[in-house]
This record gives sequence, C-alpha cells and structure tokens, in this order.
Amino acid sequence: MTSFTSADGHGAVPTSGVPVDEGSVPHRSQAPLWEVFVRSKRGLSHTHVGSLRAPDAVMALRNARDVYTRRQEGVSLWVVPSTEIVASSPDEKDAFFDPAGDKPYRHPTFYDVPEGLTHL
Amino acid sequence: MNDTALDTDLLAYTLRLGDDCLVLGQRLSEWAARSPQLEEDVALLNIALDLLGAARTLLTRAGELEGKGRDEDGLAFLRDEPAFTCGLLFEAEGGDFGQTMARQLLVSAYQLPLWQALTASSDELLAGVAGKAAKEAAYHLDHARSWVVRLGDGTEESHRRVQQGLEEVWPYSFELFERDDVVARLVERGVASDPDLLRPVWETTVTEVLKEATLEVPQTTWHPTGGRSGKHLTSFGYLLAEMQHLHRSHPGARW
Amino acid sequence: MSEQLQAEFQAAFQAEVDADGRIEPRDWMPDGYRRTLVRQIAQHAHSEIIGMQPEGNWITRAPSLRRKCILVAKVQDEAGHGLYLYSAAETLGADRDELLDLLHTGRQKYSTIFNYPTTSWADVAAIGWLVDGAAIMNQVPLTRCSYGPYARAMTRVCKEESFHQRQGFEAMTVLANGTPAQRQMAQDALDRWWWPSLMMFGPSDGDSPNSAQSMAWGIKRFSNDELRQRFVDATVPQAEHLGLTVPDPELRLDPETGSYAFGEIDWTEFYAVMKGDGPCNRDRVRNRVAAHEDGAWVREAAAAYADKQARRAAA
Repeated sequence: MTSFTSADGHGAVPTSGVPVDEGSVPHRSQAPLWEVFVRSKRGLSHTHVGSLRAPDAVMALRNARDVYTRRQEGVSLWVVPSTEIVASSPDEKDAFFDPAGDKPYRHPTFYDVPEGLTHL
Repeated sequence: MNDTALDTDLLAYTLRLGDDCLVLGQRLSEWAARSPQLEEDVALLNIALDLLGAARTLLTRAGELEGKGRDEDGLAFLRDEPAFTCGLLFEAEGGDFGQTMARQLLVSAYQLPLWQALTASSDELLAGVAGKAAKEAAYHLDHARSWVVRLGDGTEESHRRVQQGLEEVWPYSFELFERDDVVARLVERGVASDPDLLRPVWETTVTEVLKEATLEVPQTTWHPTGGRSGKHLTSFGYLLAEMQHLHRSHPGARW
Repeated sequence: MSEQLQAEFQAAFQAEVDADGRIEPRDWMPDGYRRTLVRQIAQHAHSEIIGMQPEGNWITRAPSLRRKCILVAKVQDEAGHGLYLYSAAETLGADRDELLDLLHTGRQKYSTIFNYPTTSWADVAAIGWLVDGAAIMNQVPLTRCSYGPYARAMTRVCKEESFHQRQGFEAMTVLANGTPAQRQMAQDALDRWWWPSLMMFGPSDGDSPNSAQSMAWGIKRFSNDELRQRFVDATVPQAEHLGLTVPDPELRLDPETGSYAFGEIDWTEFYAVMKGDGPCNRDRVRNRVAAHEDGAWVREAAAAYADKQARRAAA
C-alpha cells in the first residue's frame, strides 16, 4: 500500500512507490551549485542560508539577491562554489572540536564578576 | 502660463510615466511560472513588482491632479485604449526570453537616466518616486545587461534569437525621445527630464552592451509612434481586455 | 563498514534524533532516512512550483492593482520556496535537474490540491485562506524536523508565508461582504475547495504504513488525522465569521472536546487525482514541461558564456 504523509508543506504526497533518483539515466549538464551567505546587518557575520544554481559568479550573486533577500534580509552577500568548500568530516568531530572543550577560560562565563559591577 | 495649464501638462506627463510602468509590469508578470529557470521567475517578478509599485503611486497622483475622483484602479481598469498613453516599447509583446530581455535593456537604459534626472524635478512627488525608481532601474538594467550579454555571446541559437528579438523591439525606442509640447513646456519649468539629454546617455549604454554581447545595432528607417496620443499596437487591446475584464464585470465592487 | 560499526552509527543517529537534535548533511544516516527525505522534500518543492500555476493564472486579471501586487509577491515567494527546498534536497546528494525530470515524467508527485482549476477570482482568495492555511499546519511542525537543512528551509518558508494565509482571508472577507455576485463567488469557491483541502492531509495514518517510521525518524511529528482535525477546528469558525457555509452537512461541534466532527472524505477522488486523473493534472505538467523546454536554449547560452569567460580568463 502506498504511504502518504501530510508532513509535506502543500499537501500529502506519497512516501513510498516513488523513485528518488534516476538510476541509470545519464547525468545531464547543469549550472553549478553555489552556497549563499548573507550578512543580515552591519556588525554581524555572514551566515549560510542555502544554495542555488547559476552558470557563473555574476549570475549567482544576482540570483542570491533575488532569492534570499526578497525582504531586505541582507546588507551583503557572498556566493561560493559548493565544490570549493572544504569541510571537516563529522567522524573527525571529536578530534577537531573537543580539544577546545577543556579550555573554558576562552569563555567569559569562566570568570567571576564581583557583584554590583557592570560593563564587564 | 497659469496653474491650470501646468496641472494639465503635469497630469499628462504623470499619466505617461504611470502607464509605462503599469503596462510593462503587466507584460513582465506574464512570465510567472513560464521562465527558463526558477531563479528567473523570482527575478522577473521582482522587476514587475517594482514597476507596478511605481505605477500605483503615479496613477494615484494622476487621479488627484485630474480631480475627477478616479483612483489608481479607476485609471488602470476603466480607461479605454485611446486614453492610455504608454510608449509602444512598454506595451510591445515579450516574445521569447531573448526578446523580453532586449526590450528590458532598451527600457531600463532609458528609465535609469530618466529617473535620475527626475530626482531633481520641481514636482515633489515625481522627485520622490524617481529617487526610489532610479535605484530599481539600476538593478533592472544590470539584470537585462547580464542576460543580453550572455544570450548574445552564448550559443549560436541564443545569439540569433536575441538579435531577432532586438530587431523586433528596436523601432519602438525612437518614440521614447520625442519632445512634444507637453514635454517641452515641462522641461522649461524644470518638471520633466529633457529627452535630448537622455538620448545620448541611452545610446552610449545600449551600444556598449550590444558590443559586449557581440550583437549588431539594428538599422531601420521605421520609427513608429503614437503611444503618447493613444494610438497603440494591436496587441495592446488584448492586454487591456485581459487586465480589465474582471474589474469591469463588477461595477463599483471593492476587492 | 563492519556490522559493529554500522550498529554504532545507527545508535548514535537514533540517539541524536531521540534527543530532538539535528542531523546535518555530512552525518551518517540510514539510507532509508535519506531516501524518505529526498522523496518528501523533492515533492514538497514540486508542489511549490506547480502551485504557482493555479494562482499565477490570475495575475494578469487581478481586479485591483493592490491585489495584483500581492499576488505577484505571493507567486514569487512560491518560486523562492521551491528553490529553498530543492537546495535542501541537494544537501542529500539529489540533483535538481534529476528531480525536475522525475516531476516532468510523472514519476514523482506533487500535492493533489493543485490539480483543481481556479475558475474565479475567489479561488485565489480560497487558496490563500484554505490551502495555505493547511500548508501552515503542516509546515510549522517541520521547522523542528530532524534534518537540519529541511528544518531551516521550513523556518524561512513559514516566516515568509505568514502573509499568504492572511491575504487570502482578507480577500475572502472583502468578497463575503461585497456585492451579491461576489458573495456567491466566495461561497462557490469554498464549496469547491473545502474537500480537496481536507484531502491535503492525506489518508489516515492507518492506511500509511510508513508513517510510524517517519515519526521515529523525527521527520513527521503529528499524524495526518491530527493535523486535519486541527485544520478543521481552526477553519470552521473562520468560515462562520465570513458568513459562509462549509459544504458538509455532517459537520458538528462536540461541546465536550471543542472539536468538530466532519463527514466522510471521498478517498477515491484523492487516489484518482494523485494518479493523474484530476481536472488539471495534464495542464499543470504540460505547462511545467513547456517552460522547462522553452527555456533550454537560455540555460545553454548561460552555460556556454560561462565556459567562454573561463577560457578567456585562463588564456
């Protein structure tokens, strides 16, 4: 029996009996994938918001502006070819990030602030 | 010149600007769910929204100047074809994506210096609209330029198509720079921007883009005109029929 | 991968999900989880972009400039939401072009609701009110979905969509309080869209063997029936406020629970529409394919130009 889920934004769709890829069909050429980063306001870092497809950097930037900042969400945009991103592997997570875990002195909450003092 | 005469000229001029924006906004919105890629649906509808937004402000103002109680919708939906004063380039059919981008290049290369000049208009409302619209037009021009260059210098097919589209819409560009009495008087009074000053700016922009796009500047002796006096292309009647039908089917209704 | 390692990964994955944590693209995940998500996110994206058509039909005919602008903005958002979703699907190794191919050839589906025609302006209002209302019921829980990119896309979508339902209800209110012809138009739209909207939540979970698995994976939070009931309970009072009649003679408020009992849904219609035999399936897919094929030369041109520029830069 075909399963349907309502947990699809615009109405139930089958969750079984539907292929998720084309299998043996040859992969056609399409515009490369770009990751999009938006600085939402001055003083904040650029944050990853998603990706899009565009044939070159100029079009990628233009599309990013239209797609990801329709409601004035940003003051600055970065687009980066997805293939240029070098990521740490989740399997290395412990080796990568745990060493910082024993350096609580990097975090401000490590320090006692005498009661009544502010601006620290 | 007395104040009444000024108002008539200003009304005519405001209406032209408003009709230009309204009719091109309508044309661009025809692309919804039809564009070459999803990203472009978003972009084209963005431009349509900018134009429709400007149209609403301008038509509202025109209604006030007219003083007959017509609002933006009264002017958009209840005028017949001869009462519209949009330029032929704005109403021209979009054709394929290449033709739509060629039209957008010619329009935006005109609207950018137009709005820039109008920011200094002695009419406060026009100056206000122009400030916002100039920023938008800069983006529209950039968008059209990017596409015309990519299509012109893309594949053989895209080059042929965009050149063809350009030939289609090019003749309608001459009308943009006509200097009739209304424009001449308003230039004199510091209200309108001077078409004689706009023309060279437009030519420089367009020529540069076409060169980068490896496209030819069309050669034609046909300089059609009439939009400003209500003589439109055949296709315009159909555009109005589609746009106005529902509103007119329910006289006096609110929406 | 050894069996023991596999089991360890599986346990770590489930522990993360059970703790209401988020799975991110490069994490290990069961293949079934990945496939279920690709299928669901892709078809959600398809629904967004096919959903542009029934409303987009009315942009050029909108009865006022204000309504025209609202509708353009809304249809534009739908294209944007489709993009967010394809982008989320691509983090799972899917490919947008392939997914579009699966849509164009009818192998992947989209919501049945978009296979009904929009025959009057009131249908645009009804879609905003009912269809987007139902969509919000579904999408809000998805902001807590276990798969990070999907949850984040939904957060953006929900933020942007808050205006969609409101504008629909507002447009419906104006019609319901308008001329007799407008009122009739509004009632007629409610009559036609009510039952298809209830079908949007899908058949009972009892008839959906995969639901339990989706729940265990944190992809699905509430059952189809729970969400449908919430929708009915939220919407019936709104219809009453409009002075319109919900086309269900069996609709009754249970004073004890505060919930409405409602009539039987015609699931044969749902299955027929899903299979492709709804009033507009063929139109919708044909238009989508035409847009894609008519645009091929443009996409090819952009790619060719990018190649030329890259070669010029290298030379």
